[in-house]
Amino acid sequence: MNFMASKQPENSLLGPEADSQRTLYPYVTGTSVVALKYKDGILMAADMGGSYGSTLRYKSVERMKPIGKHSLLGASGEISDFQEILHYLDELILYDNMWDDGNSLGPKEVHNYLTRVMYNRRNKFNPLWNSLVLGGVKNGQKYLGTVSMIGVNFEDNHVATGFGNHLARPILRQEWHENLSFEDGVRLLEKCMRVLLYRDRSAINKLQIAKITEEGMTISQPYSLKTYWEFSAFANPAQGAVGSW
Amino acid sequence: MTKQQANWSPYDNNGGSCVAIAGADYCVIAADTRMSTGYNILTREYSKICKLADKCVMASSGFQADVKALQKQLAARHLIYQHQHNKQMSCPAMAQLLSNTLYYKRFFPYYSFNVLGGLDNEGKGCVFTYDAVGSYEKVGYSSQGSGSTLITPFLDNQLKSPSPLLLPVQDAVTPLVEAEAIDLIKTVFASASERDIYTGDKLEIVVVNADGIRREYMELRKD
Repeated sequence: MNFMASKQPENSLLGPEADSQRTLYPYVTGTSVVALKYKDGILMAADMGGSYGSTLRYKSVERMKPIGKHSLLGASGEISDFQEILHYLDELILYDNMWDDGNSLGPKEVHNYLTRVMYNRRNKFNPLWNSLVLGGVKNGQKYLGTVSMIGVNFEDNHVATGFGNHLARPILRQEWHENLSFEDGVRLLEKCMRVLLYRDRSAINKLQIAKITEEGMTISQPYSLKTYWEFSAFANPAQGAVGSW
Repeated sequence: MTKQQANWSPYDNNGGSCVAIAGADYCVIAADTRMSTGYNILTREYSKICKLADKCVMASSGFQADVKALQKQLAARHLIYQHQHNKQMSCPAMAQLLSNTLYYKRFFPYYSFNVLGGLDNEGKGCVFTYDAVGSYEKVGYSSQGSGSTLITPFLDNQLKSPSPLLLPVQDAVTPLVEAEAIDLIKTVFASASERDIYTGDKLEIVVVNADGIRREYMELRKD
């Protein structure tokens, strides 16, 4: 009897070598993204930092990108995985355009696609290490949703990733209301970003704010927030510490 | 060199509680609308209830991504069933499908704790309760999720469902009328919200009866 020895394919995903192909931890990361719904659409803010552990390696990373005609994607976490997601979305939008049928994917559809992609990668134990924020307007309907690296997704009137969940969401819960004007929305986002700047170690003072409405998407030039460091607790942090344990 | 251990978990618990009570000609299914992670609230308005068929509604708590995937799977399978049989799936049929779907992933489970409620082929209320890997039984009432340990004993006290081991087989459905059952649900969630940090914000109640399906909401504690 002659048995042909079965051959494993070259880049097999079984076996110990395969484990080196799976994501273990992120390398270059972006910090929080904060977004809210306002009167005309969605406002989203993210700083431009790309950290390599505790080093601030890149200072001009654009963490928000337009997707198709109706959506805006912001990402925190591994920057290379974000770039991969943008590549997937390029293909998605391309095929959508190639139908040439007058219809285009709205933010709800893109969010659903991203959720499926993230969940699928989590199922294969090789996650895309990102927390994504997807916002947009289509046919007058505003949409704002988020997906985590393991596929947890939801939509709400305001969302944030990472530290933003701890520091920005409480502010937004207190001060967000329906039909914010553009100026009020920006002021509210800046308030959140300022708190993050003071308290998130990986935040940098160079941010962009993106706006998406029925008319389209605009993203601001990078700018800095005014900060105040003369609070007495900052100026004299050791006051009151004498005699403490 | 020892093998690298994963420093991330594919699972998370997004919390919340689900309850269902079966009546003679109705079924009430309820769940809170809070979605959490760790000590954070992600959103206060997330529905854990999904209509699977005309007379069949499922409430699930646990890991939201798995719950969503499970709901999609069942909805897709139901659509195929409708194409093949030219009718809606009955509640007992959906119950079996859910069990099989859960067991299919026995070795990488859906972290989803489900209660299925609706009307059976005779129009009588039925509730099915599940664990994460598909073990299920037909009961008169059930509670799953983070508040279930607080809710179930109270329901036991109020509804005293007979043991399925008794002979002759006794009916599990409650003698309560629809309005009383809804009132009981509201009481039970108000109590659970007091002590379970993952339960609160808003209560969503779905009632399935001969007239169809209707939805009701009640505010809960937001802390």
